[in-house]
Amino acid sequence: MDPKTYKFDTISLHGGYMPSKNAGSRQVPIYQTTSYLFDDVDHAAALFNLEQGGHIYSRISNPTVQVLEERVAALEGGTAALATASGMSAIFLAIMTLCNTGDHVVVSSQLYGGTVNLFRLTLPKFGIKATFVKPRDTEGFKKAIQENTKCIFGELVGNPGNELMNMPEIVKIANEAGIPVIIDSTYQTPYLFKPLEHGADIVVHSLTKWMAGHGSSMAGILVEGGKFDWLKTDKFPTMTEPYEGYHGLSFAEEFGPVAFTMKARAEGMRDMGPCLSPQNAWNVLQGIETLSVRMEKHCSNALKMVEYLSNHESVAWVSHASLKDNPDYELAKTLLPKGTGSMIAFGIKGGKEAGAAFIDNVKLASHLANVGDTRTLVIHPASATHSQMDEATLKLANMSHDMIRLSVGIEDIDDIINDFEDGFRAAKKPRLVANK
Amino acid sequence: MKFSVNKKEVFASTGGRPFDKQKPLIIFIHGSGLSHITWVLQTRYFAFHGYSVLAIDLPGHGYSEGPALESIEEQGKWISDVIDSVGVKEASLVGHSQGCLVVMECASQFPDKIKSIGLMGGAGAIPMNPELLELAEKGDPKAVDLMMDWAHGPAGHFGGHPVPGLHHINLGGSIVINGSVKNALGVDFRACDNYKNGFEAAKKIKCPAINILGDRDRMCPVKEGKKLADNITGSEVEIIENCGHMILLEEADKSLAILKKFIRKNHPAE
Repeated sequence: MDPKTYKFDTISLHGGYMPSKNAGSRQVPIYQTTSYLFDDVDHAAALFNLEQGGHIYSRISNPTVQVLEERVAALEGGTAALATASGMSAIFLAIMTLCNTGDHVVVSSQLYGGTVNLFRLTLPKFGIKATFVKPRDTEGFKKAIQENTKCIFGELVGNPGNELMNMPEIVKIANEAGIPVIIDSTYQTPYLFKPLEHGADIVVHSLTKWMAGHGSSMAGILVEGGKFDWLKTDKFPTMTEPYEGYHGLSFAEEFGPVAFTMKARAEGMRDMGPCLSPQNAWNVLQGIETLSVRMEKHCSNALKMVEYLSNHESVAWVSHASLKDNPDYELAKTLLPKGTGSMIAFGIKGGKEAGAAFIDNVKLASHLANVGDTRTLVIHPASATHSQMDEATLKLANMSHDMIRLSVGIEDIDDIINDFEDGFRAAKKPRLVANK
Repeated sequence: MKFSVNKKEVFASTGGRPFDKQKPLIIFIHGSGLSHITWVLQTRYFAFHGYSVLAIDLPGHGYSEGPALESIEEQGKWISDVIDSVGVKEASLVGHSQGCLVVMECASQFPDKIKSIGLMGGAGAIPMNPELLELAEKGDPKAVDLMMDWAHGPAGHFGGHPVPGLHHINLGGSIVINGSVKNALGVDFRACDNYKNGFEAAKKIKCPAINILGDRDRMCPVKEGKKLADNITGSEVEIIENCGHMILLEEADKSLAILKKFIRKNHPAE
């Protein structure tokens, strides 16, 4: 006897949506509207006071966006989800929902550059400070926790160096300290890894990347695991104590396993408003429909690229957890049995000049500031995505100037390799190419 | 709020308003392995519209001290103790699933204390599938997966939660998992399976009653709910279409609208 709840591929196509409640429309309708009619004054008051569920204003919620939220919650195994305008706004919203002025967070040092700057420069303006810890330094996460620490934040596989956090061990550390773990799982998607199943409490995605895949739309999301007991500690008074903004509501008491999402929406979307447009939600839904088949191809192409790069005379080093000599190989085998993802970092012989020549001479691979597109993407992080970081922060993130970040697409692998051959050829004579 | 019943700490949600014993009291009683969280889309409305509300965590559930009570009869008596403990003379009771059995037992044992009763997804008897019962008593989380599968109708399986962004099955499952599968769900399932007094209790109920049923309920099918209603003198019956067993969440607005009308008529707030 087994449960007959829908499985991953079915949820990718159907999750969060019932045609019978939408005029029989097989495709999810785009509710391009700002606001929603109230039945009467009593109904309006009930919606505003969270006595009843429903939509009020599209900054807070929207029926098309709701389908996306439920679909991603289902794929991640979460109790609830809240979609946002971008991955960055999802991270900001998560921190602002948990933290007050004077609070502290422990953060992996290997993150997308924008996230590093959020924690290093922007959040301190709100009185929220961060301690950065190298992703492989598990003990360092424990040592960095202070009395006022409110969460641990990281990417399982760090951007751009591809170093893994030992998530199960870090979860144990967080549990002992009574704080939640937030994982940015953009690189993995729930197809490769479900952080909530490994003890994380909140998952963040930039849906712009692999989840959508098409590179057409910005979107982010927060997913709640529902297991963190806010009432067990006095660390989170804004979750547990009466909130003036909703007539004395205690989010934790009333909403339990969805308290974080309810607060992030009721307070965060109301007051900060980083809402996702229904059109972009719909665009992302189109991508999620094919998530499994795309991720399989991303991963198989990535393995071929790892092999190709590892044996190439112009490549100084390759970082990908599928390599047996990678320090994270065993951990990746445990946590990522379906594949270690399609992000590869490699060093090009000849340093920064050679890297620039390589990037300027590939034609199929696109040079741009994105990852997780179905098309192959390359960038030189030190001069682009992570260029606003100083030398010390670059060193903490283990980033070198010869590093090229590769997001392997789902094109024919022979075409990607042929393109890279052109790039490497040019990289051997960078000055000649530059002069030309 | 936290208070004491029989020298043990009990937690109940008051729907976001301070408890006021001068106002008419409605006690909401959750189903097997669940907690007060399941009632959030009913309790807040009543709490802000003239009623005092206690969505209780049964002993050993949610934030109430254990152990869980092992029989429906004990649980029915315990609800009467809750009414006494908060210093109120009478209350309306609303139950879901196992909570319906508890409501009927309390209303039949203590008719003078009960003003009206609402039963959601109820039946005169709730015999358990033996395999499900065994899994729950062993503390196997598979019991929760099976329960969530059977408890939810189409909206639960596909989506469309009344509160944007919430996921029916994962939310329900997490309430149960956050408790104890063995010591709460397992004890509850055994209590339901053992309880044989449902129809006798139903016949003794004298107060106004309503049975709210989901036509896609696989745990307490409509025909069982109707059979129960036939044994309660004057019971009203409302059937909600395309709705499974988790009526209070799957069709929160419809079930609230039905309850509002029923309770305002039979237990009015000033």
